[in-house]
Amino acid sequence: MTQPASTAPITPSFITVDGLTKQFGTTVALDGVDLRLAKGETLAIIGPSAAGKSVLMKCLVGIYGADRGSIILDGDDVSKPNADKRPEWASKIGMLFQQNALFDSLTVWENICFRQIELGTMNRSQAKAHAIDLLGHVGLAEESATLSPSDLSGGMQKRVGIARAISSDPALLLLDNPTAGLDPVLSNHIELMITKIAEQRGTTVISITNDMQIARHRYQNLMMMHNGKVYWSGPTGTIDDAHNDHLTQMLKGSSHGPITMRAGKRDDGVYA
Amino acid sequence: MSENAKLPPLPVGTFVERSVTWSKKNLFDGWFNTILTLGSVAFLLWLIPPIIEWGIINATLTPTIEGCAEATGACWGFVNANLRLILFGTYPYDEQWRPLLAMILLMGIICASLGGVKYPNVRKWIIPMWVIGVPIIAILMWGGVLGLTYVQNSYWGGLPLTLILSSIGIVFAFPFGLLLALGRQSNMPALRTLSVVYIEVIRGVPLITVLFMASVMFPLFLPDGVTIDKLLRAQIGIILFTAAYLAEVFRGGLQAVPRGQFEAGESLALSYWQSMRLIILPQALRLVIPPTVNSFISMFKDTTLVVIIGLFDFLGTVKLALRSDPAWTKYYVEGYTFAAAIFFLICFSMAKYSAYLEKELRKGERR
Repeated sequence: MTQPASTAPITPSFITVDGLTKQFGTTVALDGVDLRLAKGETLAIIGPSAAGKSVLMKCLVGIYGADRGSIILDGDDVSKPNADKRPEWASKIGMLFQQNALFDSLTVWENICFRQIELGTMNRSQAKAHAIDLLGHVGLAEESATLSPSDLSGGMQKRVGIARAISSDPALLLLDNPTAGLDPVLSNHIELMITKIAEQRGTTVISITNDMQIARHRYQNLMMMHNGKVYWSGPTGTIDDAHNDHLTQMLKGSSHGPITMRAGKRDDGVYA
Repeated sequence: MSENAKLPPLPVGTFVERSVTWSKKNLFDGWFNTILTLGSVAFLLWLIPPIIEWGIINATLTPTIEGCAEATGACWGFVNANLRLILFGTYPYDEQWRPLLAMILLMGIICASLGGVKYPNVRKWIIPMWVIGVPIIAILMWGGVLGLTYVQNSYWGGLPLTLILSSIGIVFAFPFGLLLALGRQSNMPALRTLSVVYIEVIRGVPLITVLFMASVMFPLFLPDGVTIDKLLRAQIGIILFTAAYLAEVFRGGLQAVPRGQFEAGESLALSYWQSMRLIILPQALRLVIPPTVNSFISMFKDTTLVVIIGLFDFLGTVKLALRSDPAWTKYYVEGYTFAAAIFFLICFSMAKYSAYLEKELRKGERR
């Protein structure tokens, strides 16, 4: 792994984000965000809505380019448009979208192995077998492979979304609210599954969540965002009870701390 | 078999008993429904028998003016006597097997394409079918080769002309409309402006104006000696006009596809065209089948307007037949009824096909 020149932490950094800034019109979605994560580490991002969590994630995966700052992923600056290298970068990342964003025109297995089919790295029968294998990993029956995503329940769609995200065995897994809208039992189950997958494969995981308890107990690092800035970040082991209460209250948007909610705007900035 | 217990009881009793029960429930359920039922029956009794009497019982097929004069009902003899003029217009009489063959071939290709979309084995032949079929149709219609006498296209007319104008119109307006819709959503300001201006200008004028422009104004701008065929100009006019409407239909479909689908495509590093082809368009186009077919039906009927620039489409040839002999002129009701029936048949088929296609494609979207 190539070493990013700018930093020298104890473990080599897999992702280094420096002063990342992103504006939509006059709205500042990200304002000088810094982030460092070593390979195989897990990070939970928490924060009230409109904090810039999803925008950060979309910058990481290359949907948005950065206005200022840099994102070094595995030695490459992925924040600048680069049509030639984008496919290579994208193949290192698996992403689960908040609304799953499964492709309705395709079956479940075609969704999961979309990349492999389109790149031609697998023929259709190999891809289908691979997809069925992955369905097993996320706890879905083989029969669901040939269904359409819209035939599945919300929780099942989420699992298919995760299966799609891990289908090319990415080094980096980005999860935008993997448990949003699921009941607590199912949330816990999904989080357990993610932890297991990440441990087995040595995947670096960045996950957006709204649950302080999940963030504290399932992830190694925590980053609290607010108004496009990093408000607090560090290993979850260093969070004591007072800290926890403060962050939880901020997350809930109660008006202790410096936080005032920006109303009526979704956290992806423009597409409300 | 515990599920069976939940099923509603099967209807019992004789056919008559069941009919009575059904009628009570569906036709005479309260005073309002009873009045509606009786009123409807009375209306149908008043309407239908005279039509049957006129159109069938008292009608005649005798293809002579004398025969028609004797009949008290409809004179289908007019259609019978002038069938070839109505169907093929002024196409040379002895060569009319050619447009007939061309028309059958065209209908065959259309039906095979529409019906075969579902089957991968047939699907791969659709484009070759058109690539081979259209030149054959052109050779049949124009001639001039293979020992066929040359027939100038100003002599083309009737049903083949209507079918050619509308099917070629659909085949070309569809991709052009799609490009316009994508252009209107583009990030490139020049492309976007161009698309918007085009769509708004074309939508803002009647088709007659477009056809007039194509037929009268357009040649004025061409250098001396350069002429573009009148039929071709009308065809281009129809394509340009329909594409503007389709563009807005497609744009509606594109807007209905959730933003997340674009982003999911981008996260996989798909190019714009890959995203469109693989993810966005299959969803967007499925959503807009009803308004798309609506546009096609409306365009099919609009082809009748080419009569104003001197082309005789199917409706035009009916008029031609009515005027062919002053004695026939009074049978315009029969003539137009026949034309209406043919138009209805084709439009209804399109509507039915659209319903079928929607059902086929919606199998993935039940919830």
